[in-house]
Amino acid sequence: MSQIYDVAIVGGGVVGALIARELSRFPLRAALLERGNDVAVGTTKANSGIVHAGFDAQPGTWKAKMNVRGNALMPQLCQTLHVPYGQNGSLVVAFDESERPELNRLLERGRENGVPGLRLFSREELLAMEPNVNPGAAAALYAPTGGIVSPFELCVAAAECAAANGVDFFRNFEVQALCWEGDHFIIEAPAGQLHAKAVVNAAGVHADNVARMAGDDSFSIRARRGEYVLLDSSQAGVVRNTIFQCPSPMGKGVLISPTVHGNILIGPSAEDIDEKEDLSTTAPGLAGIQKTVARTVPGYPIRDVITSFTGLRACGNRHDFVLERSAANGNLIHAACMESPGLSSSPAIAERILELVRETLGGDWTEKPGWNPGRPKPVRIRELDNDGRRAAIAKNPAYGKVVCRCETVTEGEIIDAIRAPAGARDIDGVKRRTRAGMGRCQGGFCGARVLEILARELELPREEITKFGGGSKILLRQSK
Amino acid sequence: MYDLIVIGGGPAGMAAALEAEKNGVASILILERAEFLGGILRQCIHTGFGMHYFREELTGPEYADRFVVPVEQNPRIEVKLGAMALELRPGGETHTVIAVSKSDGLLELRAKAVVLAMGCRERPRGALNIAGTRPAGIISAGAAQKYVNMDGFLPGNEVVILGSGDIGLIMARRMTFEGAHVKMVCELMPYSSGLTRNIVQCLDDFGIPLKLSCTVVAVHGKERLEGVTIAGVDERLKPIPGTEEEVPCDLLLLSVGLIPENELTRGAGVPIDPATGGAIVNQNRETALPGIFSCGNVLHVHDLVDYVTLESQLAGAGAAEYIRRKNAGETVRAPEYVPTKAGEGVRYVVPQQAEKNEAAGVKLYFRVGGVHKNAVVRLYANGKELARKKRPRLAPGEMEHIEIAPRQLAELPEGAELTVEILE
Amino acid sequence: MTKEIICVACPVGCGMQAEYAEGGSIISLTGNSCNRGLAYAQAELTNPTRMFHSTMRVEGGPLVSVKSAAPVPKARLMDCARATFAVRVRGPVAIGDTLLPNVCGTGVDLIATDRTI
Repeated sequence: MSQIYDVAIVGGGVVGALIARELSRFPLRAALLERGNDVAVGTTKANSGIVHAGFDAQPGTWKAKMNVRGNALMPQLCQTLHVPYGQNGSLVVAFDESERPELNRLLERGRENGVPGLRLFSREELLAMEPNVNPGAAAALYAPTGGIVSPFELCVAAAECAAANGVDFFRNFEVQALCWEGDHFIIEAPAGQLHAKAVVNAAGVHADNVARMAGDDSFSIRARRGEYVLLDSSQAGVVRNTIFQCPSPMGKGVLISPTVHGNILIGPSAEDIDEKEDLSTTAPGLAGIQKTVARTVPGYPIRDVITSFTGLRACGNRHDFVLERSAANGNLIHAACMESPGLSSSPAIAERILELVRETLGGDWTEKPGWNPGRPKPVRIRELDNDGRRAAIAKNPAYGKVVCRCETVTEGEIIDAIRAPAGARDIDGVKRRTRAGMGRCQGGFCGARVLEILARELELPREEITKFGGGSKILLRQSK
Repeated sequence: MYDLIVIGGGPAGMAAALEAEKNGVASILILERAEFLGGILRQCIHTGFGMHYFREELTGPEYADRFVVPVEQNPRIEVKLGAMALELRPGGETHTVIAVSKSDGLLELRAKAVVLAMGCRERPRGALNIAGTRPAGIISAGAAQKYVNMDGFLPGNEVVILGSGDIGLIMARRMTFEGAHVKMVCELMPYSSGLTRNIVQCLDDFGIPLKLSCTVVAVHGKERLEGVTIAGVDERLKPIPGTEEEVPCDLLLLSVGLIPENELTRGAGVPIDPATGGAIVNQNRETALPGIFSCGNVLHVHDLVDYVTLESQLAGAGAAEYIRRKNAGETVRAPEYVPTKAGEGVRYVVPQQAEKNEAAGVKLYFRVGGVHKNAVVRLYANGKELARKKRPRLAPGEMEHIEIAPRQLAELPEGAELTVEILE
Repeated sequence: MTKEIICVACPVGCGMQAEYAEGGSIISLTGNSCNRGLAYAQAELTNPTRMFHSTMRVEGGPLVSVKSAAPVPKARLMDCARATFAVRVRGPVAIGDTLLPNVCGTGVDLIATDRTI
């Protein structure tokens, strides 16, 4: 082992990737360690993609502080990283008078948290803005700073930016032990060993396990399952804002929201589980979501469902984010218990963790010259006008070869996604980066072509190409 | 500037182009997104094509080749391969098609008439809301057909097929021939939507059970599929508790329906029939936008390619006539249309409207909603019966037709509706 | 003796009822709508046959689809399937080319149904 990293970040979710990007501003050696075959494969991948305004969290908590700050940072960050973002506004609806006090409570909280622009809507104001919402609603809380973002694109972009700025990315690196050597950790994984002076724990639902590897059992995490259904873009327009129901002890209720890609998302259900890997969807869960959302948009036909999925949220027993240097070993820094509003808070969390890393490592923290805060703007033939398309294809003919018909994704875009720093290695990775396979046929048509391009670019036999790494092979063997 | 642009070089597009040329259209362009003509037929290597049209039993590639050769040899038909149409902009005199290709870059093409022949795609898993994990090993039957027949790879060893449409049945046999073990075909409905002969020669011949009124309620496995849970369903198609059964398998093939691929059509503002998922057309398969025609699986999903050919010839001839009138400067007075209607037992009727003075009479194609034995198909308008025929068997998987004679059509009173219904 | 037979000769799939003698020869047949049904029913009762279709690999090139030039005995279908695995055919291939003569000794050739040029 010839080199020692200054910092190793455990976990390539949106929090870990944004921390990696933040650290890449400085002349230090950093590594991003991910147990999966790609970034954004845990909680980040299956998430509602809501940028919460920040009225929900208990004032004074990390959740409240980070959410409001993260919400404010998000628009600029997404612009810099070329990530789809929209400030569509949020509404919490009180369906009868008994829920009105809850709206007042949220309004008070929001004001205390420093959420800008909060307003109570009368029924008329609500229906004027959202004509499809339950006409029997009593009132609503409106938060103009509520937004939507593509969580996995934010994560991919942050990781790409970090990697381009010199952070080493290790995939399929599942940390199993942390051994403190007096001045650095030895990080053990089946894939190998790394040395790092400081470790940032951004391991999602597994962050408590990582803490325990360093003798820290100051928090524990339960995974809360959230099931979602995604509707085809033909359903776009049913709502404009992200619409919440009044919160209950199990979460914020079922929301219905547009996504940045013009679909409609409904969910999540909420169920605490003990198995941290259970990403299955259940018939009762999906039926429950569909039933509950009818309260928000009555008579709404849930049709054109293109997919359903389950996300796991890391719910800590402290009921707040854990953003601190470990009491057991100050060179271990937690960015843990990232339940909602973790995504919304992630840009602020990256700032906070940077401060903690500085404090840990000390020394000179002058920004390195030539740091690029963004990444090259990805070519999106679907979104370009015809002059833009003409120019793109003239530069690279592969942008003229449409592979995914549903979402109009070209071979050139897929190649870019594979060749990018910390690029795609599997079918799902290509899908997250380019949307190939995300449309209404869900890869039925283009899957085989994406697989072919991956095999060619990675110089692998086709039967080695996976859906998401590990044993998730698509083809078992060549038959002829 | 072309007389006619045909979008799609599958069986529909090729038949439309050839028929238009035969009827005097001088410059025709076919845009095909793949690197070859023939569309999905090229991967349908089984026989069963051509009995109606060629009176001969052909495989998919052979059927396609009967059109590919004349298209390639015809100097009035130009073909652009690897070219994907992104947008159709209808205009009064000419229509504009925006397309991209590797060799031509961005193409902005104009034509007097356009035939839409983009085909269809398969319904995905999400549409079914099957609970469970998201492992590799769940793919559509058509995707499996490409892997096996075009690429020579096996996507699974132990196979369960959901959906007994023809593609599902055909793939049961193909996977068997390629060395896989097909454990069963599950069908949600109490009947198969595939052709009877495919049940015989693709399942019965190999001892593959067909489980009717049965569906997959859950899938298992983290990385690669490890099994599925199947269950019987009641008459409302809801799973019956207590009938669940675990079936170990590493591949679930979905053959659960096809959806016409109409993004381009919708984008152009062509009105769509929710029952077919395709454009609303007249007897020439002309849409509500003059000069824009639609045929084949993009118009409505067919079970036999022979009917795709016949339908596309109507569209090709219709487009030729439209172009002839344009060129001759003939003013076309607004035709008088009679709407068609799906009556009792009928799911949809194509075309959705018929011109009253159509000299050739009109064949109305339709699909039924359920299985009928010894039923009568009846065509009537304003309470008056126009035609009827006896059918020993009617099934939703098989397209039917009934014809109205030119004289009957011309004599229909104002406000009449041509209704097709099924009498038990 | 009688037997219900579904004809697979064409997509219509007629349901036929055959009355037949010892040894399988047909005495009477109902339900068929053409003579191919009779031929099929007779074959089903004596020596059931099926068309076979699969693919073969062109040496250093793509797969090409093939079919049996005539029906083969139903019992030999899997043998025919296995026979297509190991063989590499020389390209280019045109529709109708014989790619595997006398497959599995059935006396039937496998011929190409697609072309590589």
